[in-house]
Amino acid sequence: MAQPDILNLDQDYTQKYGFHDDIQPVFQTERGLTRRVVEAISHQKNEPKWMREFRLQAYEIFMRKPMPAWGPDLSRLDFDEIVYYIKPTDRQGRSWDEVPDDIKRTFDRLGIPEWERKFLAGVGAQYDSEVVYHNLAKQWEEKGVIFVDTDTAVREYPDLVQEYFGTVIPPTDNKFAALNSAVWSGGSFVYVPKGVKVELPLQAYFRVNTAELGQFERTIIIVDEGAEMHYIEGCTAPTYSTDSFHSGVIEIVVKKGARSRYTTIQNWSHNMYNLVTQRAVVHGDAYHEWLDGNLGSKLTMKYPSSYLIEPGARSEIMSIAFASTGQHQDTGGKLILAAPHTSGTIVSKSISKGQGRASYRGLVKVYEGAKHARVNVECDALLINPESRTDTYPYIEIEEDTAHVGHEATVSKLNDEQIFYLQSRGLKEDEAAALIVRGFIEPIAKELPLEYAVELNRLIELEMEGSVG
Amino acid sequence: MTEKTPLLEVRNLWVKLPDEEDAIIRGLNLTIYPGEVHALMGPNGSGKSTLAKVLSGHPGYEVTDGEVLFRGENILELEPDDRARMGLFLAFQYPMEVPGVTIANFLRLAYQRRFDTEVKYTEFYKILLQHLKKLEMDPSFAGRPVNEGFSGGEKKRFEIVQLSLLEPVLSVLDETDSGLDIDALKIVSNGVNAMRSPERSFLVITHYQRILNYITPDYVHVMVEGRIVRSGGPELALQLEEKGYDWVRGELAGATAP
Repeated sequence: MAQPDILNLDQDYTQKYGFHDDIQPVFQTERGLTRRVVEAISHQKNEPKWMREFRLQAYEIFMRKPMPAWGPDLSRLDFDEIVYYIKPTDRQGRSWDEVPDDIKRTFDRLGIPEWERKFLAGVGAQYDSEVVYHNLAKQWEEKGVIFVDTDTAVREYPDLVQEYFGTVIPPTDNKFAALNSAVWSGGSFVYVPKGVKVELPLQAYFRVNTAELGQFERTIIIVDEGAEMHYIEGCTAPTYSTDSFHSGVIEIVVKKGARSRYTTIQNWSHNMYNLVTQRAVVHGDAYHEWLDGNLGSKLTMKYPSSYLIEPGARSEIMSIAFASTGQHQDTGGKLILAAPHTSGTIVSKSISKGQGRASYRGLVKVYEGAKHARVNVECDALLINPESRTDTYPYIEIEEDTAHVGHEATVSKLNDEQIFYLQSRGLKEDEAAALIVRGFIEPIAKELPLEYAVELNRLIELEMEGSVG
Repeated sequence: MTEKTPLLEVRNLWVKLPDEEDAIIRGLNLTIYPGEVHALMGPNGSGKSTLAKVLSGHPGYEVTDGEVLFRGENILELEPDDRARMGLFLAFQYPMEVPGVTIANFLRLAYQRRFDTEVKYTEFYKILLQHLKKLEMDPSFAGRPVNEGFSGGEKKRFEIVQLSLLEPVLSVLDETDSGLDIDALKIVSNGVNAMRSPERSFLVITHYQRILNYITPDYVHVMVEGRIVRSGGPELALQLEEKGYDWVRGELAGATAP
C-alpha cells in the first residue's frame, strides 16, 4: 500500500471539508471511517506530527483487527454509518428541545438546577463552564496538579502526554482501543505530582458535555508516587448522544505508594453501543479503585482492569449494572496479579429488569511468581421479572500455587414476600421494589460521595417505575 | 354500641391458594367495632395466618367468595399499600429482612405514605427514636438494615415499633407472641396497650392464652378448619388453655355431624 501524500491530502481536505477556514463554526467528518477522516480530525485539532502518526497507525491496526470473537452480539454495529468527529461548536446549534424525551424527563426528575440544564442544552456555555472549571483548577494548579481536557493537554503538556499516551492501552490491545486511538477527541488529562493529595474529588461533571462531543474520549490519569486523587465522571448529567456509538479509552497509572479512585456513573440513552476499555497499571504498594455504574445504553461492554505489576499493589473493582428491556450490560472486571503480595477484589452487582440482560464477565489472572497473591470475586445478580436474564462468565487463570482466589456468585429474584412486607407499610409496589434494589446495591453505593449516591438512587427509582406488578 | 359502625366486617369469606382445590378459609364471618380487642385462637393450619395475610392484601391467595369491609369499604380489590394508608396494619409472624435498607430510610417512606406528608430526615429521625424507645430498642437500630441480623424477639419488637409509629386503626398481630421470652412479651404487650383507644381495634392471632394475660381481649374466637367455630369472652381463652383444641374439635364434630 502506497503511503498517502500528506501535503496533497491537505489541499484536498480544504476543498472537500472546508475545515481549513477557522471561522467555519461547524465541522464534521463524513460518515464512515477512512484514512482521510483520521487525517481530517488531526488536522482540525492542529495536532503535532507524532499524534497524527499515532492516529494513522492506530487506524491501520483498527482496519486489520477482527471484531471480538467472544461476548455480546456486535453484528449490528455498522462502522460505515458512524460520524466519527463533530466539532464542538456544533453544540451551539442544539436546543433543549433536541434532547431526547426520556433523557429530558430524567433531568426534570433529577431536579438538575436550571442553570445546569441551560448549560447542557446551551451549548456555547461550554466556555462559561470553563470559567467554573478553572476556578476549581486553581487550587490544584498551585500544587502542580494538571486537570484539563486531553486536547488541551496535547497542546500544553506535549512531553507529559507523549510519555504516557497509549502506554497503558496500546492501539493493538483490541479493535475498539485501536478505533479510539485513531479518532479520539476530548476526555480528561490528569496529573497529580509526587506526594500531592487532592482531597476533594476531581469532578468532570462540568465537562461531561465536552467529553461527550467526541464519543471517543481519551482519558489519561497519572498519579505520581505517594500522591492521592479521586476522579469522578458522569452521574447527574446522563451523557446523552444523538449518535449510537461510544468507545472511550481510559488509561491510568498509579505509581509507587499512590492511591487513586476512578468513579463513573453512566446513564447513556438506550440506543447506544457503549464499548469502553479502561485500565490501570498499579505500582508497588499503590492502590487503585474502580467504581463503575452502568445504567443506560443498548449494549455496554466494559471491564475495568487493574494490572498489579509490583509487590504490594492492590486494587478493588466495584461495578453496578442495570439492564432493562432492550439492554444488555456485559460488565465485570479484570485483575492481573503479576507480582508477589498483590491483592484485589471484584464486587459486581447487576439488576435485570423486564427482558433486560446483565452479564458478569471477569478475568482473574495470577502469574507464576506472584507469590501470596490474594483475590476475591463476588458477583450478585438480582432479577426483577421472570423474563429477566443474567449470566456469569468468570475466567480464572492461576499459575501460582501460593495464590488465594475466592469466587462467589449469587442470583436472586425480587422477593414477593419482601415487596408485600414493604407494601403493607404503605409503600407503593414499585417504590418497594426500588427500595429493595437500592438495598441490593448499597454495599457499592455507600462508597459514592453523597450527592452521587442520592442521584444514583433517583435514577434507580426512575428505572423501577412500573417495573413490577 | 349499636350506633357505631363496624371497623371491620368479614362476610362469608372463602379463600384458597391459586393452584389448589381445597379452601383454607371456608365461610368466615367476623365483625370488629372500633376500640375492641379480638383474639383469634386456633390450632396450626386452621387458617389464622391466611386470614391475616388476606386482610392485608397478600397477592398469593385467591378470594373465591365473600366480602371484607374496612371502614365501610370493600377492600378486597385494593393493593396492600392502599389498605395500609387506610390504617390497616399487619404485624408479621415472620418479618422480612431487607438487606441494605436502613430502618430509618424505610420507615420514613412508610410514614410519609401513611400520613400523606413530607418529613425531613432529621425530623423523622427524632420521631423514630421515640418509638424505638417505647419498645426499649437501642437508637442504633435506626441505622441498621431492616430485620437483618435481628434476633427473633427484636424482629417482633420492631413490628410493634412500626405499629406505634404508623398509628393504624386496625392492627392484626399474627402470632406476635411466638418466640418471645417473658420480658419481651411484656414490652410488646405494653407497646400494644399504650396504643389502645376508643377508635383503635386489634385482632390478636395466637396459639396460646399467654399473651392474653397482658393484652386483655374483649372477645375470643376459635378458628378451626377455616371458620370461626366458637366465640366468647376472655374466659374462652382460659377454657381452651385448660381443655385444648380437641375440645372444640370434638364439639364441632358433634355439631356438624350429618
